[in-house]
Amino acid sequence: MARLPIELADLAAGEDASLHRLRALLGAAAGAQGLVDVAYRVVDSPVGPLLLAGTEAGLVRVAFEREGHDDVLEFLSAAISPRVLAEPARLDPAARELDEYFAGRRQVFDLPLDFRLATGFRREVLAHLPEIGYGHTASYAGVAALTSSPRAVRAVGTACARNPLPLVVPCHRVVRADGSPGGYVGGADAKSLLLRFEAGRLRP
Amino acid sequence: MTPAPTLPPFEFVVEAHGAAVLRVCRALVGVQDADDVWQETFLAALRAYPESAGVRNREAWLVTIARNKATDHHRKAGRLPVPVDHQAVAGLDSGVPAPGVPRPAAGGDDAVVRAVAAGETATVLWAAIGALPPRQREAVVYHHLAGLPHAEAATLMGGNAAAARRAAADGMRSLRAALQGTGFDGKDV
Repeated sequence: MARLPIELADLAAGEDASLHRLRALLGAAAGAQGLVDVAYRVVDSPVGPLLLAGTEAGLVRVAFEREGHDDVLEFLSAAISPRVLAEPARLDPAARELDEYFAGRRQVFDLPLDFRLATGFRREVLAHLPEIGYGHTASYAGVAALTSSPRAVRAVGTACARNPLPLVVPCHRVVRADGSPGGYVGGADAKSLLLRFEAGRLRP
Repeated sequence: MTPAPTLPPFEFVVEAHGAAVLRVCRALVGVQDADDVWQETFLAALRAYPESAGVRNREAWLVTIARNKATDHHRKAGRLPVPVDHQAVAGLDSGVPAPGVPRPAAGGDDAVVRAVAAGETATVLWAAIGALPPRQREAVVYHHLAGLPHAEAATLMGGNAAAARRAAADGMRSLRAALQGTGFDGKDV
């Protein structure tokens, strides 16, 4: 940003408030004109701020803060389209269902999902994860057994670790054979919190 | 074949250049109409963005779009291309603030008082910029307000970098002269 000459410094008065308003209007107008290929917003949650990103097809990415939201937006820009813009309204349904989930009022997500960021076997694994019901867990081997490659236990681990839609596609319900939680894209603490919450051992 | 350079998310472009473009819009069409021109500028930029990977100076690219949108705006409005607030300029001419444009409260520590004072000062400053001859105004806006190098300003205005530098210097001199004695010249009086 240009540093203003001292005589003109006061020109910047009120600029921040104007820009905040203008950027909100821009997101809405660009969305209405079909110019936003990747809409996003950030919502608060008990597992930290979550980035929600969606395309015309549906929710395409849920990202935890530890993944670096700016890095995720850069990735989406390269992988899908650089027309990435904050357009909160488009993510209202996802934000609402996540709110309901964390309030203990929703066990199954009912949202259009865009799986374009997961291909091949990873996508096959993700398709099976909703079969693990709320409050239940399955082992990596158990999930592999549901797929076309029942011995691909490590690949199931990779597919879960790289799930573009955590929480909504419940990779947190896949645990180690000994029952310990195992790794999680949102961090071990988040996984353990989610499992205890779904087991009814935490108040919402 | 070299791969096409990847573009950052458009939101980052708005974040980085939104304020500079707003200043340009305010200088070219006035504070009242600047919001509409800013919106039109970024909508047009978003439309063209995926094909703009070869752009070298992103801010100059946006300012070019803003300048075109400002021209369209003046054509549609059928108004003079100089956004002059006559009341505020009258204040400049007489060396005292116009009615409704009181002097900033001297020595006020209250943040609100200071913000209001800065806002009123801004009104006078925009009026002074609007009253500059067009070339001086553009040169001042592109270089001092948007931060573009004189060479980029010259590309927008026509002419060469040296002429743009002279126009910017003349513009700043005119501004200082216009602001003398108003209490808005950046000096304590």
